[in-house]
Amino acid sequence: MFNNPFIKQLFNSFLDLAPILAVVLVFQVLIIRQPIPDVGSLIAGTLFVILGLTLFVQGLEQSLFPIGEAMAHAFARKGSLFWLLTFAFCLGFGTTVAEPALIAIAQEASSIAAKAGVIGQSDEAKNSYALGLRITVALSVGFAILVGVLRIIRGWPLYYLIIGGYCGVIIMTPFAPPEIIGIAYDSGGVTTSTITVPLVTALGVGLATAIKGRNPMVDGFGLIAFASLTPMVFVMAYGMLR
Amino acid sequence: MIAWISQFALALLSTCRDILPIAAIIIGFQLLVIRKPLAHPKKMLTGFVYVLLGIAFFLKGLEMALFPLGKLMAAQLTTPEFLGINPGEQNVSWQAYYWVYVFAASIGFATTLAEPSLLAVAWKAEQISGGAIRAWGLRIAVSIGVAFGIALGAYRIVTGTELYYYIVAGYIVVLIQTLFAPKLIIGLAYDSGGVTTSTVTVPLVTALGLGLASTVPGRNPLLDGFGLIAFASLFPIIAVLGYAQIAQWLSKGGLSSKP
Repeated sequence: MFNNPFIKQLFNSFLDLAPILAVVLVFQVLIIRQPIPDVGSLIAGTLFVILGLTLFVQGLEQSLFPIGEAMAHAFARKGSLFWLLTFAFCLGFGTTVAEPALIAIAQEASSIAAKAGVIGQSDEAKNSYALGLRITVALSVGFAILVGVLRIIRGWPLYYLIIGGYCGVIIMTPFAPPEIIGIAYDSGGVTTSTITVPLVTALGVGLATAIKGRNPMVDGFGLIAFASLTPMVFVMAYGMLR
Repeated sequence: MIAWISQFALALLSTCRDILPIAAIIIGFQLLVIRKPLAHPKKMLTGFVYVLLGIAFFLKGLEMALFPLGKLMAAQLTTPEFLGINPGEQNVSWQAYYWVYVFAASIGFATTLAEPSLLAVAWKAEQISGGAIRAWGLRIAVSIGVAFGIALGAYRIVTGTELYYYIVAGYIVVLIQTLFAPKLIIGLAYDSGGVTTSTVTVPLVTALGLGLASTVPGRNPLLDGFGLIAFASLFPIIAVLGYAQIAQWLSKGGLSSKP
């Protein structure tokens, strides 16, 4: 009974990965024409990825989606706006501040800033710049989830927020220091990790289902979009204020 | 074998550390604010362990197999020998890099299809829309968007044009599309921009960007290497909105009464 769906999911995971393998093999064999180094670990690694994806999907169905939805329903029943918004902010801030991709980007950004002469050359100055950047991005994501949840409750149209945010980005870009722009644009994309996305999606959809007069399709999505938009604005502001 | 197991344990440990804040927030709010026991705690816990193990295996596997190879390929494709140009030459036309664009597009397409976050969102969308939005259709639309975005981003690095112009132009297209696209799809389309770039895509794409920026004459890897991820999160929005518009336009003939 356990075997059947698991094996089916294993096969699905293999199908998901097949295109990557095809691209890598075709380019390596036909175009670059170099032997593939270390075939053994390539095969072992691919099996790991397939197993990992299968377990992830299993866990998603069993735990992350139900947790997100259960909490959304519990908050909707409780009816306390303050606690819901606090939760939204904590979720955004907490998941982002420890995000490995963000830590990597913040370090890279601090060395760029040091080369450009914006901050001192010492490690101390670089570390404080990188930490400041991480806190800025985490604050912006917490703020985004908070506003996004408020939007679902109040039923504001999503595109007002998004268009407003984009206008902010467009207006700020000419005034921001050039070395921060690429990082600011990229930091929007890296903030949403593999665990955050299912939780936040389930939260949004669950809230939109629980609140009367909201359509989960129209109102439930959009939290992640806003969470990838605000970091651009906040990081550019950080670059301007430094 | 032992080294291998300890490496895996390290990966597992770092995954645990990454999700510690999330677990703390959920448990804290559950205990202090909601004050109701979770339904099926055992099932939830095993599910959470599955997620943990899954991500650890996934990352370890990527580290062993795809990342080294992907980075190597990005480096090989951008060497002057492969491109058949003189290393000292300053004015290389952008067409010389055509394999880079093809590679950028295909790797963007393939990695997006395997992205676990996108899988989660696409699945949820299919569930909520009652099957009107197909998970596979959405994933393919997003992947096409990423493929186009990364290829264009590679072209931008080669030509050295301003990132700003592309992004602003892209946003304007998104704004115009938003006005005409079916209301149902808008939230989902915006979200699919953010979810495309996580575990799989970011390291490979960053390697490609840095490889290109360090070999193309006149580019600074620190300044020009960034920005590919921004492309990869902008074009899926356009692709998904376009997908919905085309679907609506095609169905208009017979089903114009549908809201």
